[in-house]
This record gives sequence, structure tokens and C-alpha cells, in this order.
Amino acid sequence: MTWDWEKLKQQQQKTGGGGSGVPPQVDEILKNIKKFKFPGGPVLIIILIALFFGSSTFFTVGPDEVGVVQRFGKYVRVCQSGLNFKLPAGIEKITKVKVKRVYKEEFGFRSPSGESRKLFASGGGGSENKNVSLMLTGDLNVGLVPWIVQYKVKDPYNYLFKVRDPRKLLIDMSEASMRLVVGDRSINEVITKREEIAVEARQHLQAEMDKSETGIGIITIEMKKTNVPEAVQPSFNEVNQAVQEKEKLIYQAKEDYNKEIPQARGEAERTIKVAEGYSLDRINRAKGDASRFVALYNEYVKAKDITKRRMYLETVTDLFPKLGHKYIIDAEQKNLLPLLNLGKNGAEK
Amino acid sequence: MKSKGFIIIIAVIACLIVFASAYIVDETEQVVVTQFGKVLGEPKQAPGLYFKIPFIQNANYFPKNLLQWDGDPGQIPTLDKTYIWVDTFARWKIVDPIKYLQTVTNIIRAQGRLDDIIGPAVRNFISSYKLIETVRTTNRELDTFEVGLEDIVESKRPESYAIKTGREKITEGILKQAKPKLAKFGIELVDVKIKRINYVEQVRRTVYSRMIAERNQIAEKFRSEGQGEARKILGEKERDLKLITSQAYKVAQEIKGKADAEATKLYAKAYGLDPEFYSFVKTLDVYGQALDKSSSIVLSTDSEFFKYLKGYK
Repeated sequence: MTWDWEKLKQQQQKTGGGGSGVPPQVDEILKNIKKFKFPGGPVLIIILIALFFGSSTFFTVGPDEVGVVQRFGKYVRVCQSGLNFKLPAGIEKITKVKVKRVYKEEFGFRSPSGESRKLFASGGGGSENKNVSLMLTGDLNVGLVPWIVQYKVKDPYNYLFKVRDPRKLLIDMSEASMRLVVGDRSINEVITKREEIAVEARQHLQAEMDKSETGIGIITIEMKKTNVPEAVQPSFNEVNQAVQEKEKLIYQAKEDYNKEIPQARGEAERTIKVAEGYSLDRINRAKGDASRFVALYNEYVKAKDITKRRMYLETVTDLFPKLGHKYIIDAEQKNLLPLLNLGKNGAEK
Repeated sequence: MKSKGFIIIIAVIACLIVFASAYIVDETEQVVVTQFGKVLGEPKQAPGLYFKIPFIQNANYFPKNLLQWDGDPGQIPTLDKTYIWVDTFARWKIVDPIKYLQTVTNIIRAQGRLDDIIGPAVRNFISSYKLIETVRTTNRELDTFEVGLEDIVESKRPESYAIKTGREKITEGILKQAKPKLAKFGIELVDVKIKRINYVEQVRRTVYSRMIAERNQIAEKFRSEGQGEARKILGEKERDLKLITSQAYKVAQEIKGKADAEATKLYAKAYGLDPEFYSFVKTLDVYGQALDKSSSIVLSTDSEFFKYLKGYK
């Protein structure tokens, strides 16, 4: 309110100067004082005004921001970081926008630090955390999808002038975009393909932000752990358990298989080796027997009769002492059975 | 002195007049100048410094930038009679500030008009489409089940329903329906978006139990798959066992047979030299092996062995 201030100064000056209803002596004194002060007055005023305007002609822009200058409300230029000059207050107005700062919005959960929340007192998520993250999936199931949007101001002109409340728009549009993307995914995809969803939601959100000229650039959408609602979680876990169980059963069966089959293979090897042993034994024995017989025969041929007799008698010699009862019966005795008590012999055994 | 004071006073008044007659239109604003309530000239939409006659003319400021309308979330039944909560928001701007000034005057009343027009449009559209149309946008193929469960009958699933409209088209439809109705207020509706759709509490519960049932069925399938797989492996085991042992038996028998044949050949060749002599030798051999203490022998004096016992001839 420079005008008022100036006016006030001037009016004060006026009342000081034009004191008409004052007694003459006092008037005289006042005149003296005025004469003494008057040269200083306007100078003081000018100095004060100059100081006021002067101080509003320069400003600093921080390293993470730019200054947007408006002259009589109309956008004229953007100032970079450092010391800048402008026309005095009332003519040019500066608005600083932090273009390098990365802002963060959280949806459907509250980060433990909550530092980003402090930047914006009016949180978009807050108490209705749960409802934000509850979403209908494409197969008409319900999923819990929390996420973070990181963004910054990429066009300060649009950011300041094109949209009434860019942040509110960003929050609403994030939700709309995320739901649009999730609405085209099954609950399984929502749980397993978070990356894909984040990428698509980011593209969609950025397109909407550009379309409405918010001047906001989405840096990233980061998905937190997606899940199913609490009531349904046990059954989802059960599926995981069932998968484990399935694998367990298969492994157990494989264990059984592995326990028996190699053993059986060994056993089979053994059977074959035994057969091979039998084979060697049989052939060798046959060879031995044959050689023995051939050798014997060769000698036998040379003296058939005597060899036969000798062999017979030798056998008898060996054999007879080993025998039990021996009965010698005359050739004339025809009926020999009554003589033998075969039954007694049997009972002796 | 007095004339000087006058000059100053006049200057001050002049300043006041200039101050009162000048007005600034910001980048985000537009101004309609009225004189005793009557609209004068074109609205000032370009930002900058403007002048008017002070005290008589009045500058009415309106936002020029994009404004937001946030709908009250409400329960709406879909065509398939599922009750859902729908939360919409829309963006709009004042394109004709004169009309706007004449019809709604301020933001609060404008929001009321938007409520009156967008709300029913949303309701109409949501309730004339199936839920799936509102949820989905495209007919994109969904990956519904975990790997290994592709063979579940697809036709039973709700998502096999082909989307004819989709969410984007529905919101476009809402926009199309509401836009002309708002034009007469000097308002341009830029877009309408569905922020949230959720089942109402009761429906949600049934949906949850459906989800649970669906999962249980999947879990059972996994379990029985596991058992089936295990049985298959056990069967393979049995088969392999039989295969291994029988093959081994076969090989063993072949080897033995060959050996027997070889032996037979060898014996035949050797004994074939004199079968009579072989019988003689073998018989003697057998005597030695077959007879022992428990054997009794009855010999006739006729026998070769005792022929000398009866007397030397």
C-alpha cells in the first residue's frame, strides 16, 4: 500500500504546515521551526520513498527456484537464481517457484517419516488411507494398491497460471490414472506386475498433466506393496501354501523314486554279473571236464582193457570201505529178499 | 504556502482517483466491468493494467484458469444391479465471464450448478452400463491365474465379457451430456473423470467371499496337482523298477544260456570221442559220489568183483 503511505506522509506534512487555528506567537515559533525543518522534510520523504521502492527493486532467487515476474499482472519474464532486479512494488510482482525441488505425494499409506506431509498441511491421503488404496481390478476383485508420485514443476508459467490448484489436480488425477490402469489388470497382475502398472500409470498421468497444462512433470510413480484386502489375504496365502505343498509332494515322490531306482539299478547289475560269473564257471568247468576226459581217453585208447579194469578196481577200493552193510549172496540163491531185513536197516537210521 | 498545500491536496486526490480507477488483471484472472450492475464492453481477458471510472464502474474478477469440481461420492447401482461408490471429479473453466456473471455470479453457485448437472449425468451413465464397463478401459487380455493354471475354464470367468464401451468412453459420454447444459452458464466443462469406484460395504463382503472361494479352488487345484504329480512319479518308479529288474533278468538268462550252450558243445565234442567210455567213467564217478555208509550193497558172487571169491579159475 505504497499510495496510502505516501499520502499519509504528505497529509502529515500538510497539517504541520498549514496550522491556521494556532495562536500568533506559537505560529511564529512554528514558522521558525518549519523554516528550519522544511528543507529536510521533502528530502526525508523522497529518501523514504526511494528506500521503499529501492528495496523492492531487487530480490534474490534461491538455487532451487526461479522467479516469475508479472508486470501489472501480466507475465513478463522468468528470473534465474541469484540477485535480480525488477521495477518497484506495485508495478512488478515476483513469485518464486521451486523448480528443482522434487515433491512427493503418497497414496494409500503413510510413510513413517511423514516429512513430505509437513510440507503440505492439507494431505490428500491422510485419514482415508484405506479407501485410496482400495481398487477394483479388471476381474472385479478388490486390491490394495498404495503408491507414491514424485513430481516437480517443469514449467513455472503453466504451474502458476493455468490451473487453480495444480496439486489437488495432481492428487485426483493420480488416483484416476492409477484406477484406470488397475481397472485393466487382474488381481494377479496387480500383485505381481507392479512395475508395469507404475510405468503405464506414469505415462497416463503425465499425459493428463500435459493436457491440462499444469506445468507438472511426473518423475516417477513408485508402487508400494500391492496386496488384497485383509479379509482375503488368508486365502491368498493358502494358495501360496498349496503351491508349496504341491512342490513338497512332488519332491517327496521324487525322493521315493531316487531312493529305490538307483538301488534297483545296482541290483540289476549284480544279477547280470552273477550270470556272467555263472557263465564263466560253466564254461571253464566244461572245458576242464572235457580236457580231463580227452586226456584220459587218449591213454585209455592205448590200453583199453587194462585201464578199464584198473579204474573199476580203484573205484571199488575207494568205495567199499565207505559202505555200510554189505551182503554177498551166492549166484544160486534166487530168492534173497527173505534174508534181508531192510526194515530194520531203515529203523536204525 | 496555502496554494502549495492545495496543490499537494489536489495531487493526493488525483492520485487517489488514479488509484481507484486503475485495476490489474492477473494472468489467472479475467474481469468484467459493470456500471451500476450493467455490463460494459467486452470482458478483459488479457492480463495487464486497465482503467475504469472510479466509484461508478465496478471490476468483477473471475478466475480464468482451470478449476476443479469434486463430486460427492454416491452409491449408484450399475446395470447388473451392483451397488458401487462412485467418486468423480471434473475440470472446468469460465469461458464467457459475462454469461457467468449474469447466471451464477460466484464460484459457490457455479459448483452448485455443476453438482446439479454432472451428478445426474454420472448417475445415468453408470447405471446404464454393466460394472465391468466402468471398471475396464480396453479388452486387454488379463493374466488371471498363476502359472500352471491356464487350463481353468475361461468362459466361466466374468472378464471373458467383451468390453464394448469402457471407462474412458463412459466418462466421455458424461462429458458430452453435461457440457452443453453448462455452456449457458458461460462454463466450459473440460473433462469428467472417475476418481474412485468401490463396492459398497455389503457388496464388498460378498466379493471378498467370492475371492476367497476362488482362491480356495485354486489352492485345491494346486494340492491335487501335487498329489497327481506325486502319483505319476510313484508310477514311474514302479515301472522303472520292473523294467530294470526284468531287463537284468533277461540279460542274465541270455548270458547263462550262452554259457550252457558253450558247455554243452564242449562236453559233446569231448565225450563224443567214445560215449561208451564216458558212461563207464561217469558211472564209476557217480558210484563214488552216490554211495556211502548208509547204503547197503547186495552183491552176487556172479559179479565181476566177487568172481574171484568163489574160486580162482
